[in-house]
Amino acid sequence: MVEHGDIRVVHRGGSKINFRKPVITNDSRFLLCASGESVKVFSTSTEECIHDLRGHTDLVTGVLIKPSNHLQAFSCSADGTVRLWDFTDGILIKTYVIGYPIFSIHASPHHEGVIFVVTPMQGDKRSGELFQLVAVHLPQSGDQLVEARELSAVLTGISSNPAATVFGRGGEYIASANGLQLEVYFFKKQKAYRFSLKEDNKKGGKNTFTCVACHPNDDCIATGHEDGKIRLWRNFNHKKEYTYSTLHWHHSAVSSLSFTPEGTNLLSGGIESVLVQWRYNQENQRDFLPRLGAAITHIAVSPDGALYCTSHSDNKITIIQSCVKVSAVIQGLVKGESVGTDLMIDPRSKSLVLNGKPGHLQFYSLQRDKLLYNLDIVQQEYIHESGLQQFEVVKAAFDASGNWLATVEERKQKGAELELNLKLWAFDEQTQSFVLNTTISAPHEAQITGMCFSHATDSQTTMLVSTSKDGHFKAWQLAAQSQTDADEGPSWSCDFVGAYHGLVPECCSFSADGSLLAVSFQEVVTVWSPASWELLTTLSQPPKAIRNLCFGRLSCSKYLLGTTDSNLLCCWNLLTCSLEWSTSMDVSLLLADPLSENMAAFCCQAGCTDLFVFKPSEPRPLFSQKAVCSGMVTRAVFAPREEMLESCEESSQWLNRSQLYFLTQYMDLMTFTTKTEEERLMASSKQLVIDDSVAMTPFYLLLGKHRQQQQGGDDPQSGVSAERTPLPQGSVAIKELLQTPAHVLPSTSFLCSMFVQSLLISVTDSREESKHAEEEMESEKEEEDSEEEIESSRTRPEQQAAVGGGEAAESAAPAMTKAQVRELRRVKKLDHSWLAGLLDS
Amino acid sequence: MASFKPTKIQVYPKLGEKVTQDTLYWKNYKAPVQIKEFGAVTHIDFSPVAPHNFAVTAFTRVCWHLFVHIYGPFSQEPVKTFTRFKDTAYSGRFRSDGQLLVAGCEDSVVRLFDVGGKVALRMFRGHTKAVHVTDFTSDRYQILTGSDDYTCRLWDIPNSTELNTYQEHTDYIRCGVTSKLNRDLFITGSYDHTLKLFDARVDRSVMTMDHGQPVESLLLYPSEGLLVSAGGRYVKVWDLLKGGQPLVSLKNHHKTVTSLCLSTNGQRLLSASLDRHVKVYNTTNYKVVHNFDYAASILSLALAPDDESIVVGMTNSILSIKHRKSPEESKEISGQQRRRPSYRVFVKGKNYVPKQDDYLVSKPVKQHLAKYDKQLKKFNVSKALDTALETWTRHRKPEITVAVIKELDRRGTLNNALAGRDEQGLSQLLNFLIGNLVDPRFAPVLVTAAEMILDIYHSVIGQSPVVDRQLLRLQELLEREIDYQQDLLEVLGMLDTMFASTGLECLCNLFFETSDTFPDMTFVSHRLHPARLLV
Repeated sequence: MVEHGDIRVVHRGGSKINFRKPVITNDSRFLLCASGESVKVFSTSTEECIHDLRGHTDLVTGVLIKPSNHLQAFSCSADGTVRLWDFTDGILIKTYVIGYPIFSIHASPHHEGVIFVVTPMQGDKRSGELFQLVAVHLPQSGDQLVEARELSAVLTGISSNPAATVFGRGGEYIASANGLQLEVYFFKKQKAYRFSLKEDNKKGGKNTFTCVACHPNDDCIATGHEDGKIRLWRNFNHKKEYTYSTLHWHHSAVSSLSFTPEGTNLLSGGIESVLVQWRYNQENQRDFLPRLGAAITHIAVSPDGALYCTSHSDNKITIIQSCVKVSAVIQGLVKGESVGTDLMIDPRSKSLVLNGKPGHLQFYSLQRDKLLYNLDIVQQEYIHESGLQQFEVVKAAFDASGNWLATVEERKQKGAELELNLKLWAFDEQTQSFVLNTTISAPHEAQITGMCFSHATDSQTTMLVSTSKDGHFKAWQLAAQSQTDADEGPSWSCDFVGAYHGLVPECCSFSADGSLLAVSFQEVVTVWSPASWELLTTLSQPPKAIRNLCFGRLSCSKYLLGTTDSNLLCCWNLLTCSLEWSTSMDVSLLLADPLSENMAAFCCQAGCTDLFVFKPSEPRPLFSQKAVCSGMVTRAVFAPREEMLESCEESSQWLNRSQLYFLTQYMDLMTFTTKTEEERLMASSKQLVIDDSVAMTPFYLLLGKHRQQQQGGDDPQSGVSAERTPLPQGSVAIKELLQTPAHVLPSTSFLCSMFVQSLLISVTDSREESKHAEEEMESEKEEEDSEEEIESSRTRPEQQAAVGGGEAAESAAPAMTKAQVRELRRVKKLDHSWLAGLLDS
Repeated sequence: MASFKPTKIQVYPKLGEKVTQDTLYWKNYKAPVQIKEFGAVTHIDFSPVAPHNFAVTAFTRVCWHLFVHIYGPFSQEPVKTFTRFKDTAYSGRFRSDGQLLVAGCEDSVVRLFDVGGKVALRMFRGHTKAVHVTDFTSDRYQILTGSDDYTCRLWDIPNSTELNTYQEHTDYIRCGVTSKLNRDLFITGSYDHTLKLFDARVDRSVMTMDHGQPVESLLLYPSEGLLVSAGGRYVKVWDLLKGGQPLVSLKNHHKTVTSLCLSTNGQRLLSASLDRHVKVYNTTNYKVVHNFDYAASILSLALAPDDESIVVGMTNSILSIKHRKSPEESKEISGQQRRRPSYRVFVKGKNYVPKQDDYLVSKPVKQHLAKYDKQLKKFNVSKALDTALETWTRHRKPEITVAVIKELDRRGTLNNALAGRDEQGLSQLLNFLIGNLVDPRFAPVLVTAAEMILDIYHSVIGQSPVVDRQLLRLQELLEREIDYQQDLLEVLGMLDTMFASTGLECLCNLFFETSDTFPDMTFVSHRLHPARLLV
């Protein structure tokens, strides 16, 4: 690769977030999901990405909360490492090197120090298909990088799908399904049971397992099947007497199953994009959450059971509150198999526009790496069923000001006529979105090959030209408002139909000022005047058809550039109507920067794509880079920068005004960056992590206040912190605690430690006060229950130690009389009240 | 959770003309009153004075209808009939005071009648051939006549003598008009393709214009600066003040234009033709703004003052009178609409401002769905189709039924929805198909459905006489349609060869002609629109 100063090709956003099951943290505040080579931490309430845990060098294949510490998470990757993260701060704690590519990770709180990973089987030639579950003993070590070589295979010949392997009740057994076989391995007995199903049943259903879930506190395994059935297996610790019951609602494969933490409900989802909640033991009672947008790929439940979250095939994670309400949607860039519409930039929001989920256009902010919104183009109920031919958005175009959007949708059904719709959308200032203005059904008789708006911003009329395989190109114009239907507003109608010798038009392009229209008819380029619809001239460079057409801009607007299938890049001078220059290169994509004279040409050579940036008037390219990426680049766009870069280097000047984004063969969105830009990005990426506080519950009021007081007490400036420690009986906190209904309180063990903590006196206290406190404690002992007694007795040695480390005055302390003590306590009580008042004011 | 997106009902463009101010104005006539006359109606003339009777010249008589719009039904009977003609009468015209009526005759005698009397007051003899043109001059004492003997003459009424003879035309004189402002000026049009302006003070014509076609009708603007002539397929407008310079040539009819008429305010020009159409032009830009269709070739046309009625005479001897709707009648339609709940019901509670202590409970807006959408939402495909096939929907809004069928097809469940129907359900479905299958708007969708029905039910054919009869009808319909389409394709092929050799103008004419002669061919016309062949 030729290094060009400091210009680099980088991935830019739009990574997949639905690859693996997301994980909700114990406090339900964060959501962790594997995204490409990193783990992303999202906030469940604000949908924002808080951390991007980077470190893996290959695809991350699994995320898991560490069972013994709910503030840490494991992630595994195909690079053969398992990493341990502190996800609240975004810090890599440890890296365990396993040495084999890992496909999924499992762990159970009942197997401490062991994680289970799925790796390809060793020594097997067909290792690409067979996998084994391996128990990895994590060595205790303080090092950052730890080699974990203590591996022992648990199950062999399992599926690499993480949903097909799951731990059972109390970690006693592990269930794994592969193909038509369900295998249950009991750790205690060290024995595996296998249950097989026949391939097809009588009614033609397919019995292949797709996913497995285990009931958390009952011996029951739920399995999902290819034909939409769910089987609940019981009594499976016998080889023969096992039973199963069948639930059937889904019409096609169940892709994910999950029990709620208490085991009261079973959640299932599939291609129907309906989340089904089955009552455990009352399976005829079902709740549905329909129309979630796209096929469900994973279901996850938060540890407290309050939040469900579903991953969808359109790169989306939905967070659902207790199966009734969608509370948040985390939407990534939707990438289908192909981008029918070109990459476009919305002139208003400067966002990247391309076709997203079926029948929609997505507006994706490149700066914030976030999907802004989806515009529903087709406006039809999407039927989630495989094998159905649906309407697809195939073409879209914006006019120069962003006031108009034209879209083409088509649906081709076998044996039926092609259905085509051309829709024109007007931007509505009030709602800040596009509103359908005109629908033209069947604008052409065959597929539309190209579409473009006239760029002239000053002209009175907006014009759209569409070319079609039926051999015609049509000009559409915004018709003036007629007198009678004044309430309807202006609409679009056909202004001109053009053809040239019955040839099929391929590309069309307007000149920058809108005075010329170039339409390519196979090898002939025809130049028309849109004002009079006169054929002005024809340009041609036989023998092959024109692939791309582009007018030069600004000072180069007299040039028309075209590329042909015969590996020619031609530049015609429109003043002389003759060929200015031509060069032989296999250009797959040619595009012009709207803000400068620069043109970018992607050339495909030997499986790689090279980029050339040039000005039509100059023979030498401004910039060239070999092997930008592998495969052919067919979609790219120049996105204007928000602020201009001040780069003086000649090779990077073309990036000053706009940025070049392109999509590779594998649908990765890439861009070119300069070093200065990267540095600036680094500086701005130090995000402020907002510690969004706990929800305002009575309990929060109680403890939050308490904590504030504690913080106030820790303040070294007050100097009288110990005196401010409130007495337990008189404390507002305690009152509130006693008055609050028991069922809204957290568990006693949780409260107790905090309570006792509040009684403790910090080490920084002065000697005398600590002693007072100690005495107080003793006096209170009778009132406290036994638990606290133990606590306090446990604290005493510390206090004694602290006291022991003190000065000579300690000997005098015990000498104090009881009366003195009482006096002191009285004074302290008094002090407390007025001091508190003072502090409060 | 997105809400259910209802089925999209395709809005089909309304065939025919767009609704403009003109269409609203010219559509606002009642259903025509048709009167059978004794022969082809050659001339109609309204009396200039109230109650605006009109004289209808047909065959051997001049009828005279009382026209008072309040007594609409009475006007169906002729008030008076003059039958003292030996042969076909022509051109019965009122004098400007409405007292006298003049008519020519095939036997070359011009007769003058008093509208009160029965016998002719005067008989003007002198022409040697049929007199097709008669008119009073503006001083009311003279009569202009034009005859097939190539002459036009001026007659004096009191003396019943011939004043002058002009023998300049070289063919039949079939139209003529006198100036309403100047008593000496009159214009005649002849089959020798010329229009001649005569001045009674001199012995010869003072202006000659060449129309290029046998002139059938003449019309002077109220200002008399412009003259409109009709002949052949052309309507031409001449500027008399510029010495007879041609202003516009209109060619919107595809057969001979027979009659011209001006609306009362002078803003619209009407032309009637043998092609059965009356076209309304805007007199500022001479664009056709409206079009009337009649059953037969039109020979004569007249508009009552204030456009109160349009009277048209046709070759099949039918006189068609359209009266303008009175304001009450045009309002009646809106009054018939169902009473809706009063405005107050809808705004109830809407303007209530929540007080400080009020707790606002937000209620989700309930989405209203049509019946078929409710079924579609539940994936009840058969029921959805049943609801869409309800009698009212099926007859009044077939596009809804078709949209639901299309939606089912899109969902891949049309087969399931169509299957499992009993005799009644199937015959209902077949009835709908018979009614709408050949409609070009619905055909692509319904053909698929029809094929599916045949596939599903071919095993039960022969079990029910009702269904069998309907299937036979469907077959018949399809065979007819195929023949029809074949014919159309043949025509298309013929046209294509013609277009290949001729220019655009010819193309446009042919296009309009074909779309007029075959009104049902409009759906072909989108393939054939001249604009598409402009290149």
